[in-house]
Amino acid sequence: MTAVPAPAGGLGNAPARGPGGVVAPRLTRSRGSSRAGQGRAAWAFTGPGLVLIGLFVLVPILMAFWVSLTDWRGRGSPFSSAVGFVGLDNYATILTEPGLPRQDFMTALRNNGWYVLLVVPLQTAIALGLAVVLNSRIRAKSFFRTAFYFPTVTSSVAISLVFIFLFTGGGAVNGLLGLVGIDGPNWFSDSRGLVHLLGDGVGLWDAGNPPAALTDGGPLGLSWWDWLSGPSIALAALIVLVVWTSAGGYMLMFLAALQDVPKDVQEAAVMDGANPWQRFRAVTLPALKPTLFLVITLGLIGTWQVFDQVYLISQGNPAKTTLTPAYLSYTSAFETGQWGRAAAMSFVLFAIIIVLTSVQRFVMRDKDAIAEKKAARAVARRSPSKTTFFHAGQ
Amino acid sequence: MTTTLEAPVETPAPAPRRSGGRPLRQVGRFLAYVVLVFFSIVYLYPFLIQIVTSFKTNSDATNSPLTLLPDPVTTAAFSRLLETDFTLWAFNSVWVSVLVTGLRVFLDSLAGYALARLRFRGRSAVFTAILAVMAVPSVVLLIPKFLVLNQLGIYDTPVALFLPLVADAAGIFIMKQFFESVPASIEEAARIDGAGTFRVFWSVVLPMARPALITLTILSFQASWNELPHFIVASQDRDLYTLTKGVATLTTGQLGSGNQFPLTLGAALLMTIPVAVVFFVFQRYFVAGANEGGVKG
Repeated sequence: MTAVPAPAGGLGNAPARGPGGVVAPRLTRSRGSSRAGQGRAAWAFTGPGLVLIGLFVLVPILMAFWVSLTDWRGRGSPFSSAVGFVGLDNYATILTEPGLPRQDFMTALRNNGWYVLLVVPLQTAIALGLAVVLNSRIRAKSFFRTAFYFPTVTSSVAISLVFIFLFTGGGAVNGLLGLVGIDGPNWFSDSRGLVHLLGDGVGLWDAGNPPAALTDGGPLGLSWWDWLSGPSIALAALIVLVVWTSAGGYMLMFLAALQDVPKDVQEAAVMDGANPWQRFRAVTLPALKPTLFLVITLGLIGTWQVFDQVYLISQGNPAKTTLTPAYLSYTSAFETGQWGRAAAMSFVLFAIIIVLTSVQRFVMRDKDAIAEKKAARAVARRSPSKTTFFHAGQ
Repeated sequence: MTTTLEAPVETPAPAPRRSGGRPLRQVGRFLAYVVLVFFSIVYLYPFLIQIVTSFKTNSDATNSPLTLLPDPVTTAAFSRLLETDFTLWAFNSVWVSVLVTGLRVFLDSLAGYALARLRFRGRSAVFTAILAVMAVPSVVLLIPKFLVLNQLGIYDTPVALFLPLVADAAGIFIMKQFFESVPASIEEAARIDGAGTFRVFWSVVLPMARPALITLTILSFQASWNELPHFIVASQDRDLYTLTKGVATLTTGQLGSGNQFPLTLGAALLMTIPVAVVFFVFQRYFVAGANEGGVKG
């Protein structure tokens, strides 16, 4: 959009959002004398913020992309002539060439994949559940809301320190488990995979002596057995921490959305004799769909970036089962000096986040349309007279 | 649709529902309280343990991690904390957070106002760029940010601690949304009276924007106080440690060995207090921010 269109159009979307009273004074603005002055002022207003964003977001991305194509080892400037251009070698090292770097990166992806698979559904479900319960007519609503939300505003460092204490071998969690007769594991130093343990528990395999069919081959440098390990017990403790921390924030979003669920539709459903579960499925859930979409998107974006907790609690240990791409990228650069490879990892992580959020957008949009059709059909089936009434009314 | 629908069924429906629904409803409410109380314990118990443990001795903390009564009560952990660089870290956290918050609020509202109200060539391009920048995951920027700080020659300086954190596309977005929701009539009047754009912004617009400014202040303070990854890549000098980075060394560094849980939990407790105070005083703004800033990731 340029300044050329007539004033009404040139004002952009501002009038549309403002309350009705805005419209009249707007008309007095048709004088165009101050337009050049406004342009100058606008750049002076936005300039400082834009320069900072350029300097600390855009330039870094471009520079990191350049570094990901070089063999720069952290000495001097990455633009000096001594730095070699290696094309896509760094990407090949972590994605296609057999070797330890790829094995580590794939292990990190596996860990983070299991982490996302558990954290996103769990935190979304708990947030939604708590919001629905809090939205009913109960006492001390704000007390409960505050209690659940508080961890979200607390520093990850403080919470991690508390959880290290809670999950030590002789800590509070194992103390509680001991009360019900369970001998808790040594959480943060236990690298056994949950799926391995589960399969062992139901007699599917012997975790100490895994089936050769699974250990012999597998894609991208890891055996099937390794890919399917599930989160290690150490990673599971991190998952508990993160779900505990973040559910409250998402709960607030659901609460805000629940307040917008039309009351008359709820009441109509009650009149129809729908039970609470049916009402939730047919009225509440569809109304929450945009929020659900947002919460899952934010969850996906956030969980693929897990760094703080790994840095603070486990440093990728035990047996690399809490290694994540973000943390591996950090150690590759700052500890082993593989800057090109580390930058390449950042971009692969970036790509994963973009692809997954796009896939999710596609999947959820599709479901949306299907669900709407289904709901329409269900309504038509259940109460034909009403739908006809509805159509007649249009 | 619904109003027309309710009419025909209004009389017969309520009676059967009420008769069968009452006890069921009370069971439901009871279950709701059970769920809420259970989760409150899950959410509050860790904080209780944190507070209590910081007043325990090392051996008491290790031997009875579940008890909520220190035996004996001691402030030894806090005195030992003072022997570390804790006060220096706290000082660094305070000046960084205050500077970042002040600059963010000022620059975000300037830019947000311009994007909402001023007509200029390239406005939609700027806004699109800001939306795009908001989509960049912050952890992906860790190594890139170091590269630029290093290239600019400000790595490991105080400037590197705060300046990159001032860049805040999400804040500009929030302020733009806010300014678009308030009527323009008052500032229009001021402008017709001949006041310059900045003058109008400073003495007419900003005072009206108080709720949004408070929300942004709180979000910025909380974010910069709790920030960790940026400080990890922006400096290594021990004199530049903030609370998050310094307290982290209590577990990852040489002090991490051994069972000094009262010390680490005491440090965690102290660093939570400022944010906790802000949270309890301005709770409703946090709630507003959680919904507006949802885009931030």
